[in-house]
Amino acid sequence: MKIAVCLKQVPSRDWQPRVNEARTWVRDAEATFEMNEPDAYALEEGLRLKERHGGEVVVCSAGPARVSQVVREALARGADRAIHVESDALAAADGAAVAGALADAMGGEAFDLVLTGLQSDDQGLAQVGVALAERLGMPHATIIMEVKVEDGALRVKRELEGGWFQWVAMPLPAVLTIQSGINQLRYATLKGIMAAKKKEIRKVEAAACASRQRIVNLYAPQKTKQTTMIGGSAAEAAAELVKRLRDEARAID
Amino acid sequence: MILVIAEQRDGQLNKASWEVVTAAQRLSARIGGAPVKVAVLGAAVTAAAGEMAGAAVAEVLAVEHPALEPYTADGFVGALEPLVASQAPDYVIVAHTYQARDFVPKLAARIDAALITDVVGLAEAEGRPAFTRLVFQGKLAADVLPEGKPPCLVTCQAGAFPADAAARGAAPAPVTTVAATLDPASIRQKPEAPFREARQAVDLSQAARIVAVGRGIREQDKLPMAEELAKLLGAELAASRPICDAGWLPPERQVGSSGQTVAPKLYLALGVSGAIQHAVGMKASKTIVAINKDAEAPIFEVADYGIVGDLFEVVPALIKELQKS
Ligand SMILES: Cc1cc2nc3c(=O)[nH]c(=O)nc-3n(C[C@H](O)[C@H](O)[C@H](O)COP(=O)(O)OP(=O)(O)OC[C@H]3O[C@@H](n4cnc5c(N)ncnc54)[C@H](O)[C@@H]3O)c2cc1C
Ligand SMILES: Nc1ncnc2c1ncn2[C@@H]1O[C@H](COP(=O)(O)O)[C@@H](O)[C@H]1O
Repeated sequence: MKIAVCLKQVPSRDWQPRVNEARTWVRDAEATFEMNEPDAYALEEGLRLKERHGGEVVVCSAGPARVSQVVREALARGADRAIHVESDALAAADGAAVAGALADAMGGEAFDLVLTGLQSDDQGLAQVGVALAERLGMPHATIIMEVKVEDGALRVKRELEGGWFQWVAMPLPAVLTIQSGINQLRYATLKGIMAAKKKEIRKVEAAACASRQRIVNLYAPQKTKQTTMIGGSAAEAAAELVKRLRDEARAID
Repeated sequence: MILVIAEQRDGQLNKASWEVVTAAQRLSARIGGAPVKVAVLGAAVTAAAGEMAGAAVAEVLAVEHPALEPYTADGFVGALEPLVASQAPDYVIVAHTYQARDFVPKLAARIDAALITDVVGLAEAEGRPAFTRLVFQGKLAADVLPEGKPPCLVTCQAGAFPADAAARGAAPAPVTTVAATLDPASIRQKPEAPFREARQAVDLSQAARIVAVGRGIREQDKLPMAEELAKLLGAELAASRPICDAGWLPPERQVGSSGQTVAPKLYLALGVSGAIQHAVGMKASKTIVAINKDAEAPIFEVADYGIVGDLFEVVPALIKELQKS
């Protein structure tokens, strides 16, 4: 099976985003980066499917030169090769532009299965995977918690709201958006890191794709709730909190 | 015109459908009172459509086809593409449910339309409506303008627009039944019946107090500290999704949109950022305490009491304090 995994490099969760002067994006030159969390699970799922069914895992990532960091990491974990759609403009692009660029770069590969994360930690659009499916002409299913390949077709477990699930069958090729927690992640071994150095990263120029939305103002969300903030040293804050929980909120005895 | 797509399953309307009516009515007021219509899709939806007709809207469309049930992305997009083409709305508004996540981006790509997801409010920019959504895990808000030709597709976050603010009509709106044009052979997904996992051993919804740990706990080895605090408070231990994903606690202890919904007397969140998917599962708690080292963490938006600090200092201090009595 020829499996593609779409990986996005996103600013680290610990990084405190600061808005740029134009208020249209963050000052990401100051950021540290990591692999988008659900994408790490998509990669792991791709690697497991390859172990079971054979074939190859191809990592696809769109963004500036710096995304090679997460691409290398994926190769070190066991992906076979990578396609890097290189473009500075794609760092902060909308879902339409990213899906268009990815579809253009991936279209010729004839993948059997395309895995993406269910949403990105920075923009949280929750649309690139599904839009990519439409552009590639493939069926899709979202928020997937289990993947079975049976007789050349797929049977996947979709997460629904409130603890419900559903199995969905569909033909291959297909696109699945993967939910965090579908599997337990593996980490790169030293051997994997060494092997990754020799693996191919094919750079592709980004096709010009129109964006369909634009951020016009970026700011810290307004607080609406009146939260009683308790200060002081840890011991002081603990004493004050316990007192208030007892006397004011009556939440503890 | 603004077209709302309501969500129903087995004739049962999703309450979020009323929330998007509110959003549509508010948007309408900003663009010179454009009419609002509601579409309900399914095999037989007259009853659900009749319910939606209680809203102050111009028309309700009962879009019916046997192949629309059970729900599939291919089926919905197949039916909606011609509907949107014939109705020619300026905006299409849908609740940001799991179902919307599954078909709306496909519809947007199919008709090459703007799609602004998970919207929490309306704004204005360049003399037209902009849509506010949260980015960077809720740490920032972004006002977003659609580009390209109408319609602009919008999905609204659960709870962002109150359902009970939807204006009701003096008389029911007209309901028009539309036979959907849809080729059943084009539907590639074959869904099976929804199910729940085996009965859960802990029922957090019954807990009087809950201590919830998030990724701020850092290591599985640090859980006993939270357990000790929970014990002293007479509380159950719960967690955010990443903790359960990592296998540190069983999935049944997960609180949030894909976990349990709880409303205890006391909810004490340790190193939980307060992402919307977590918040929807716990914000109905009577008293919420957040301990987080980041003063800007969204969890403080739902907390009654907050301590900005390192949980590895505050929790031991709390344990000591509770042991005193
Ligand atoms: C479809 C979908 C469904 C989801 N369902 C759920 C769900 O049901 N439940 C759920 O919880 N999530 C769910 N999520 C995930 C959710 O979006 C968040 O990613 C998740 O809730 C974040 O968990 P967290 O707060 O533990 O981690 P993070 O967001 O990483 O936050 C960790 C927090 O700990 C703080 N911290 C770090 N160190 C310390 C310290 N020493 N002392 C004090 N504070 C510290 C940080 O400041 C930060 O605020 C879902 C996501 C999607 C897309
Ligand atoms: N620039 C990108 N490069 C590769 N994959 C991406 C990119 N942006 C988004 N994706 C994929 O699409 C998923 C959904 O992203 P989003 O629509 O931004 O929430 C992510 O989890 C990734 O798998």
